[in-house]
Amino acid sequence: MALGDDALVLSHRLGEWAGNAPVLEEEVALANIALDLLGQARILLSLVGDEDELAYLREERAFRNAQLVEQPNGDFAHTIARQLYFSTYQRLLYGQLAAGDGPLSGLAAKAVKEVAYHQDHAEHWTLRLGDGTDESHTRMQHACDALWRYTGELFQPVEGLGVDHEAMRAAWLDSVTTVLERATLIVPSGPDTGAWRAGAGRQGLHTESFGRMLAEMQHLHRSHPGATW
Amino acid sequence: MTAGTAATAVTADAHSTRAAAHSERETAAAAAAQAAYEAVFDAAVAADERIEPRDWMPDAYRASLVRQIAQHAHSEIIGMQPEANWITRAPSLRRKAILMAKVQDEAGHGLYLYSAAETLGTSRDELLDKLHSGRQKYSSIFNYPTLTWADVGAIGWLVDGAAITNQVPLCRCSYGPYARAMVRVCKEESFHQRQGYEALLALSQGTEAQHAMAQDAVDRWWWPSLMMFGPPDDESAHSAQSMAWKIKRHSNDELRQRFVDIAVPQAEALGLTLPDPDLRWNEERGHYDFGPIDWAEFWDVLKGNGPCNEQRLDRRRQAHEDGAWVREAAAAYAGKHTAAQQHTNGEARA
Repeated sequence: MALGDDALVLSHRLGEWAGNAPVLEEEVALANIALDLLGQARILLSLVGDEDELAYLREERAFRNAQLVEQPNGDFAHTIARQLYFSTYQRLLYGQLAAGDGPLSGLAAKAVKEVAYHQDHAEHWTLRLGDGTDESHTRMQHACDALWRYTGELFQPVEGLGVDHEAMRAAWLDSVTTVLERATLIVPSGPDTGAWRAGAGRQGLHTESFGRMLAEMQHLHRSHPGATW
Repeated sequence: MTAGTAATAVTADAHSTRAAAHSERETAAAAAAQAAYEAVFDAAVAADERIEPRDWMPDAYRASLVRQIAQHAHSEIIGMQPEANWITRAPSLRRKAILMAKVQDEAGHGLYLYSAAETLGTSRDELLDKLHSGRQKYSSIFNYPTLTWADVGAIGWLVDGAAITNQVPLCRCSYGPYARAMVRVCKEESFHQRQGYEALLALSQGTEAQHAMAQDAVDRWWWPSLMMFGPPDDESAHSAQSMAWKIKRHSNDELRQRFVDIAVPQAEALGLTLPDPDLRWNEERGHYDFGPIDWAEFWDVLKGNGPCNEQRLDRRRQAHEDGAWVREAAAAYAGKHTAAQQHTNGEARA
């Protein structure tokens, strides 16, 4: 469920970009990533129960997504930094799951191809923004710094997932460091333990903007109990 | 005047006479060439051949196509807004996925159409600039607000339905790049239309509140959809010329009638009514008769006084302005790295 919530919530955030992207090509790319994630969310949530009941009728404290994915879009640099951190994590995670023989290995094998594209997209934009103009460099550095504190949570053990989180953390740091350095950016040095504490989102402790996001997402569904759409 | 200067003047006169004769010959030759080009163009259009970007074409044909294709591209881009308005509130994950995919397709259609316009010697930047400054238009339909979820279904069924009726004949338009873009656009549009119809059917057959929501949406979108075919034939400024050039294949009123004839039985199948007391089958004509369109409203919306004109343009300008630093960064990065690449290649050769 934690992985399904991650995909659902990040997909929702990316959907907020529709009609607002800096170039038409990015309208297509961001919607494409959002759709891939929504597809993953639907499969993962369906493994747990009814996808719509889980998405629309749970309250904030019952969501298990990491705090990173619920962070508001901010400017394009914030969206890209969030995407870089998350897709690098997701690629490593699905890579491990696909290699295993657990219940998620089939899904992970398919999703890892999509996630490789997301990571590639985020890396290219990190390079362009980091090594573009002075303004884009400053904005990208700021975004990387601001979101850093939410990254540690990704490597807190998730119950029943059966992956090596410590190995993932090392590989993640290695990959992100390489990209940031190529983009002439400084790897943030602050604590990465989250707004509450490490693992908070996974235990249903979220940041303030999340409740508002859910209110918008769930409003219509909750206004018509029992209706089919 | 001395003899010397007179002689010079005479020489100059003779020179200018020769020059005049020369330029007359040139003008005559150019006119002959022009007539020959025109004959080839007219013959190609008459024979239903496609005009391609490198072919000669009359300036007015080029200008007319740029205007129409740009307006079409702008409509795809502005048209993302009323639907994107509901992405974050879609009532089920399946509907949300369908809507996201649709809005993504619209951005894609905008891209094809800007590319088609660029084959005529303009650029996407130039066209976007004209959209943002209000010098080029987009379809009047997108100046209406999406107030409920059912509006998303009504847009799919009626607005996309009207667009397809308009666009299918454009697949045979005389300008090749536009016709080919339309083939791709129409395939995706008809898919969207079916999905819109299906969303509306689910509402119509759902709870009482859902049915009422669907009916209200159809009541609000029916007349604006009929206006999408443009002014009546006797008030349409570009129609006659566009039809002669085979850019357009059917008149506005013909297409509007075709759309009504298709939509009425669909509304019956949906279990929804259309908001027109004059709507009835005319046995003699073999078509549905329908009531008068409020042309005052149409012209008003076109002039910029519709419910959302200002909001739609402001939002588009804002997205463009907010994205300026991103586009600048991409250009600066490409500049640095192309230069670095050439430098490396140069060293390697040295």
